Formats: sequence, C-alpha cells, structure tokens
Amino acid sequence: MADARRKLDIAAEAGPVGGALAHDSAAKHVAGEAVYIDDIAAPDGLLHAYLGLSTVAHGRLLSLDLAAVRAAPGVVGVLTAADVPGVNDISSTHRQDEPLFATDRILFHGQPLFAVVAGTREQARHAATLAKAEYAEEAPLIDIAAARAAGGALVTDPLKLERGDIAAALAASPRRLKGSMAIGGQEHFYLESQVALAVPGEDEDMQVFVSTQHPSEVQHMVGAVLGAGSHAVTVEVRRMGGGFGGKETQANLFACVAALAARKLKRPVKLRPDRDDDMAITGKRHDFVCDYEVGFDEDGSIHAVDALYAARCGWNADLSGPVTDRALFHMDNCYFYPAVRARSEPLFTNTCSNTAFRGFGGPQGMVGAERFIEEVAFATGLDPLEVRKRNLYGGNSSTEGLGRDLTPYYQQVEDNIAGHVISELERRCDYQARRAAIREANAKSPVIKRGIALTPVKFGISFTATWFNQAGALVHVYKDGTVALNHGGTEMGQGLYIKVAQVVAQAFGLGLDAVKITATTTGKVPNTSATAASSGSDLNGMAALDACETIKRRLTEFAAKHWQERPEDIAFLPGRVRVGAREIAFRELIQAAYMARIQLSATGFYTTPKIHWDRKAGRGHPFYYFAYGAAAAEVAIDTLTGEYKVERVDILHDCGQSLNPAIDRGQIEGGFVQGMGWLTTEELVWDRKGRLWTRAPSTYKIPVASDRPRIFNVHLLENAPNREPTIHRSKAVGEPPLMLAISVLHALSDAVASVGDYRVCPRLDAPATPERVLDAVERVRAEAAS
Amino acid sequence: MTTVSLTVNGKAVSANIDPRTLLVQFLRENLRLTGTHVGCDTSQCGACLVHIDGKAVKACTTLAVSVDGAAITTIEGLAQDGKLHPMQEAFREHHGLQCGFCTPGMIMSAVDMVNRRGHELDEKTIREDLDGNICRCTGYHNIVKAIAAGAEAMGKAGVTTRQAAE
Ligand code: FES
Ligand code: FES
Repeated sequence: MADARRKLDIAAEAGPVGGALAHDSAAKHVAGEAVYIDDIAAPDGLLHAYLGLSTVAHGRLLSLDLAAVRAAPGVVGVLTAADVPGVNDISSTHRQDEPLFATDRILFHGQPLFAVVAGTREQARHAATLAKAEYAEEAPLIDIAAARAAGGALVTDPLKLERGDIAAALAASPRRLKGSMAIGGQEHFYLESQVALAVPGEDEDMQVFVSTQHPSEVQHMVGAVLGAGSHAVTVEVRRMGGGFGGKETQANLFACVAALAARKLKRPVKLRPDRDDDMAITGKRHDFVCDYEVGFDEDGSIHAVDALYAARCGWNADLSGPVTDRALFHMDNCYFYPAVRARSEPLFTNTCSNTAFRGFGGPQGMVGAERFIEEVAFATGLDPLEVRKRNLYGGNSSTEGLGRDLTPYYQQVEDNIAGHVISELERRCDYQARRAAIREANAKSPVIKRGIALTPVKFGISFTATWFNQAGALVHVYKDGTVALNHGGTEMGQGLYIKVAQVVAQAFGLGLDAVKITATTTGKVPNTSATAASSGSDLNGMAALDACETIKRRLTEFAAKHWQERPEDIAFLPGRVRVGAREIAFRELIQAAYMARIQLSATGFYTTPKIHWDRKAGRGHPFYYFAYGAAAAEVAIDTLTGEYKVERVDILHDCGQSLNPAIDRGQIEGGFVQGMGWLTTEELVWDRKGRLWTRAPSTYKIPVASDRPRIFNVHLLENAPNREPTIHRSKAVGEPPLMLAISVLHALSDAVASVGDYRVCPRLDAPATPERVLDAVERVRAEAAS
Repeated sequence: MTTVSLTVNGKAVSANIDPRTLLVQFLRENLRLTGTHVGCDTSQCGACLVHIDGKAVKACTTLAVSVDGAAITTIEGLAQDGKLHPMQEAFREHHGLQCGFCTPGMIMSAVDMVNRRGHELDEKTIREDLDGNICRCTGYHNIVKAIAAGAEAMGKAGVTTRQAAE
C-alpha cells in the first residue's frame, strides 16, 4: 500500500488540482482495510440494540406488552418513549411529527415502537420479535390516489410558481393537450445499511459514530433526545458505504436509539438493522403523479405549461417540502415556458417517510418536463429533439418577463450552454443518421424494435434553503510541514475528501501525501450542513481554501519580514516556496515560522454568494449556477414480451473545470446507471395493508453489471470553466448525471412508438418495467389502429 | 457451543462458537477480518463473498461450522508480502470503486472468475458472471474494466487465489 501512496504523490507533483487521481481510500478499499462504522473495533462492554416495529400501517396502539422481550436471553434493557429524557421527536423540520418511538398513533408499517438491548445482536434481534402489541387498526392511505380520495392531507405547505397569465395563455394557444404521468420512487440501497455506535463518556458526554451525511443534525437530534446540549454530543463519520441522500435525515433514528440506550445502560451500544428492516423503515425517493396541460403551436413552440406535481410523502414531513419544491424548480429543465404555473401537492400517506435521494425531487420535475416535450412532438409530428431545441432558454431579458431566459421562479439563466451541449452530442453520437437507420430497420423488423432519444439536463446548484449554503474547515500545519485537513463535508464514495485534499495540497504546493484527510466530526467543525445538493466540493473546497489562504497570508508576512523580501516576492510553488531569489522547502519555512511564534492553524469559512429565495412570492435566485449535460440512448425492445436492452449510451457532461476527471467520470457513470435503474427496473410495491413487498434485491431490481449499456461513451465537456468563481472553476457533479438517464426512458418510448408508426404518444410511465413497455406497445397498437 | 477449525488466509484458527454463528460473523467478529462486509444479509449483494477451498461463497448465509476444516481466503489474504494482488491493483488503478463497500466482494468474485474461466475474459462474460455482486455507486463501467485488466495481469504474474491461500 505504501507504493500506492507513492504513486498518488507522483501524480501530485504536476499540481494535484485537475489530476485524475484515485479515490483517497482506494488502496484501503481494495485491501479490505477501510474502516466503516460496523468495522470499528468493539469498545469494551459493547451491547447491541434492535428495533421493535409496528405490524400495522395505521391505527392506535392500544397496548404494548414487552414482558417476553425483557425475559428473553441476553436482554439487558428495553427502551420505549417513556425512557426518553429529552424530547421523543426527531423531525428534521421541527414540526414534531416524527416520534422516535410511537406512543399512540401508528402511521406506517414498520414504525419503531421500542428498542431492545442485549449482549449480542442476535439476542436483540430475536427478543424484538417477542413483543405483543394490540392495535385498533384503521385503513391505511397507501398511494397518491388514496390520499387524494381521502381529502388530500398535506405533510407540509405546498409551493406555487407562476409567471404570466396561465389561463389566458392556454386559451390563446393554437393547440393544447392534457395528460398525466406516474413517476415511481426509488430505494437507495446504499450497500452499507444504516448503522450507529454510541459510546457514553463522563457527565452527559456522548460520542456517536454513525453512517450519516449530516453529522451536525445527528448531533442536534441526539442532544434533544437525551436532553443534553449539543456541546455534550460528538458525531463522527470517516466514510459511508454509500448515501445517495438516504443518510441525510434517515440516520437520525439509529443514532438516537443507540445513544439513548448507551445513556441508559452506561455502556457502548451499536445498532445496525437487517437490510429488510432498513428498507421497510427508511424513506425513499418520492414517487409523483404529474398532471399537466400544455399550450403550443404547430411549430412545436410551447406557449404555456400548467402542471401539478403530487408526491407520496409518507407519514411525516421530513424533507418533503424542499424535495417537492425542487421538483417544481426543475419542471422547466432547459426549456422556456412563456407562461407557466407549477404547483406541488406533498401528500400524507401511511408509508415510510420519503426523503432525499440524489436529485432531491429535481429528477421527477425534469421527467415531467421531458414528457411535455414528447407530447408536443407527437402532436406536431416533429422529432422530439427538434422540439427540445426550439424551446431552449435563449436571448436575454433586460425587462422582466420579456426575454426567453426567465425561469418559472424568476431567476435569469445566465450560463446557458444547453444548446451547445445538445448539438455537440448530436454530432458526436451521429444522432440523425442513427435515428434514420433505426426507423428503416424497425420497418423491416416485426418483433424487435429499436429506439433512440437525446435528452438534456440543466440542474440548479445550491441548497434551496439559503442558510445551508455555508461551510467550515479546519487546517493545521504541524512543525514538520505536514498538514491535517478537516471540513464539514462527509465522504460517501463521491470523492469529496480527495477533491478537497487536492485543493489544500495545491494551495501549499505540497504532494497529497503531506495532507492527512481526517474524519468528519462535529468536534472540529461545527454547525455544518448536510453533504447534499451536490454542493460538497463547492462549499467545503472553498472553506478549506479559505483556511489555507489565512495560513499562507501569515506565512508570507512572516517570510517577507524574516528574509527581508517584499510580500509579492513570496510564492508557494509545487514542492518549494520562493522567497525572493532563493527557494526553500515548505518544511523549512514552517520551522522558521514556528520558532517566530506564527500561528500555523486556521479555520476557513465560505458562504455561497448571489443566492436568495422568497418562497412565498415564488421568486428569487435560488441557484448559484446550473450544471448541464446531455445523453443519447439507444435501446431495443421485444414487442412480444416488453423486455429490452440498452444498446448504447453517449454522454457529454459539464463539470466545469473538473477538479478530478476520474472522480467526476465515476459520478457520471454511476449516476447514470442509478438513474437508469430508477426509470426502468426499480419498482417499489406496497400491498393494501401498507407492507412493503420489495424488501430485498431479489424483488427490488437494482441494476447489475449486465444491465450496463453495451456501448457506453462518456465525455466531460471540454473547455467549459464555470462562469462563476467556484473552487478552481469546477462544477458540482453529484446529482446532475442521474437525470441523463431520462434519455433511456425516452428511447424506450421511441421504440414503443414505432408500433404505431410514430403517430401515437406512448405516454410511458416510470419505471418503464418490461410489463409497462408491453402495456404501452399494446395500447399504442390499438390506438393507431382505431 | 461447538469447536470449529479453519485455515483462514493461510493461518490455522480454531474457536469454540455457537453453532448458529455465520461464517461472516466468525470472520468479522471473532477474527476481526472486517474487510468482508455485510450488505444484504441474504446472499444477494456479494459484499460478503469469500473463497472456501478456492471457490466463491457468500459468507452471510454460510454457517461457520458447515465449513469446518476448510481453507478460507478473505480480501485480507490476497495481498502477499505487503504487495497488492494484481486484481486489487487493477481495481485501484482503474477506479473500480467509489464508496468501496462492494469492493472486497467484487475483487473476490473477480479472482474466482479468473480461476474458473482463465485470464482472457471478454466484457460480456465479466458482466454476466458478475450478476451476484451489486454495486450501487460505480455503474459497473470501471469495475468491468478493472476485472479485464486484473485478469490479464494475473495471467502475466501467474497468480491464482489458491496459491495466495497457501
Ligand atoms: S451480505 Fe452476503 S450477499 Fe449480501
Ligand atoms: S463502490 Fe459503493 S457499492 Fe460499489
């Protein structure tokens, strides 16, 4: 492994920023040496907790008899709401709608009722099954239709975006059409399930090791549940085995229960649910129904869009407010709607509480946008790509509302490169010729039909909750010239740690081996935001750079004085520091600075500029910038069975000036395949009693290696620095590529349309499982014949 | 309690355990070999994959006592004399990982693939043979590349897992 590190260092000599460097833990990952929460050496006296869950989806808890649980072998304690010294609530919105343990109302199947703590995990798991609960069962509301039929109770305030007079614009449109689209949810299936380990200390102190994207929130929640101040709680996470949004708020439960048990029993406690329980308890990507009306003309130009996005939010608000907001923020994708109204309907249901998932509602909004385009294309007989191009943002609006660059939320699109990305990809993947060839081939192929589609992505970067757009970092330089780096961002495999380390190494002119990446902990950088919204490197890279600049300023001032040079003549170069005419080692400078009592440690801080958002008015500038991309997908479907293969995918994606092209490429490939899973094979099924049936990969179909497109060409857009001064002009890349997979849905749709001679819009819902594809084939055939 | 004796990564180990102890528990908890991960608990994700007498087996659904006397290789047993196995090296080199949680199982699966099918693996074979291993991060592109490269490197170096285990 030592030689692995040496290799990293050689690449670093060229200046680490922009280098295609391996993940910082790659050598440990392949050796099996990377430590995840469950791998931490068991502290002395470790106990294991397990959750007891409700077996009905809706009703009242009449009684809960835990005698058999207590009497089970190995059991040392049982915890219910009565044992909570602080507040029995872990709602991230502070709506008090998410009890840690249910006391009276049961709101979903799998709701935690109690926890049992035992000497071994097996004993705790077994004991948890021995509870006797009595319920007064009520009919559960499982899906969007049921929730609406029962009056449509909402978990949070809906949002409305409106620009122009929608009624008048629709009435004045030469043509108009209405439709509805169902868009499925998605299980995160982070390979490492939820897990937390709590270790009690003296006084009220509690140290929690937990697989979370949001250590500061866990800290706050644990403090609230224990009735202790945040200063007593330290939350640490070195790495997660995947997060994807599923550990933004969903880790709170496990951390709080482990901490509660640790406090009560005064011993370390670990809690790791089995995978099927994890899948039943934790929230997923929201499924939506989008009802729309579109006004347009014969040329395929959209005049007006009116859309209602209803979401199954589950039993509490969690992040459903911002998720459904972000759906509306992306209901335009890359397109200008002269008049628009978009509304959200965040519905209460008796299912797990849906939550953040890569894209955070944006993908669902965008899937709607591409359906509008497709409808217009079939209504006018134009190639959907042509309709896309005709409706792109463009021009500029000095007077509000007059230009073609104003979003439904009144932010001007200032960095639009969608047209360029689309035409570049169209050329590179030979879209037009292939499309023609496919049509010709389809005419001669009775059963197997191919389809192609090219779809763009424009994704807004920043948290829409403006205050989250802040970050802190802590940088120490030690006397030997090595550097310890800490920041508020968490590592879930996305390569944040290596990117920020690259920034720091570059700032000091050091190799990466001189920079120690340390675990994220609330004890070092406080009040951090979740690592989410793709913002990790934008925020933490800048905060870390700020800390480096502070130290460099002090060093420069010192060196100028010490060596009698002008500050302008001090420069941090790769591997050395120039001081006037001489060059010295960084280490030499540090030693001299230390002897002169110069502070070699600094905090750094960053807040994203330019952004503001008035939710009530539906106006503002919620995004610092947009990330763009486009994908062209080709598929082949079997019209007798609905089965299909993704034959080829070409991607051109905008990462700005990439901090690390290897990491960014990985995000694009992985995001695309995850998005493809969401839109094709991954289907969540609940029964009428509210039980989740898809609780394992056997029934919930996550893409496997053979599902990867046969030909997969991925390119980063060249020469495209971010126009905003982000960290080294890079762009966020965590979420946007997921939406490139919308091209697969539309390629499937194109293949289906062939059976109706491309005259009938297939209106393929997501996920486009083989069953749905077959359904659509039969529907299109019937409609075309009538 | 039952006694189980195994050879793990070339070392003889023997312990008195609850007969219901899963092999993955035995490796992780008794031997502290935590490179073998638990992803799904039910034989589906491959994160727990190890070699038992040179064959790939999912340790999350194998009782430790049921393989009494066997030779086990885990991810920790692949590197020799502080040098990564060519398949490990290939995964690192070709960015065949992100969160790394699936990686040990992927590598053990890949080595098994080479043992079964030889050093020249075409893409289709790799993709189809890998169906018992789930990766949620990478989209498999770099994993497939890494396996092809690792297989070739294993051929050049003349390495197999069986040698490594001895
Ligand atoms: S944990 Fe064994 S296959 Fe998933
Ligand atoms: S790298 Fe995260 S699951 Fe494969």
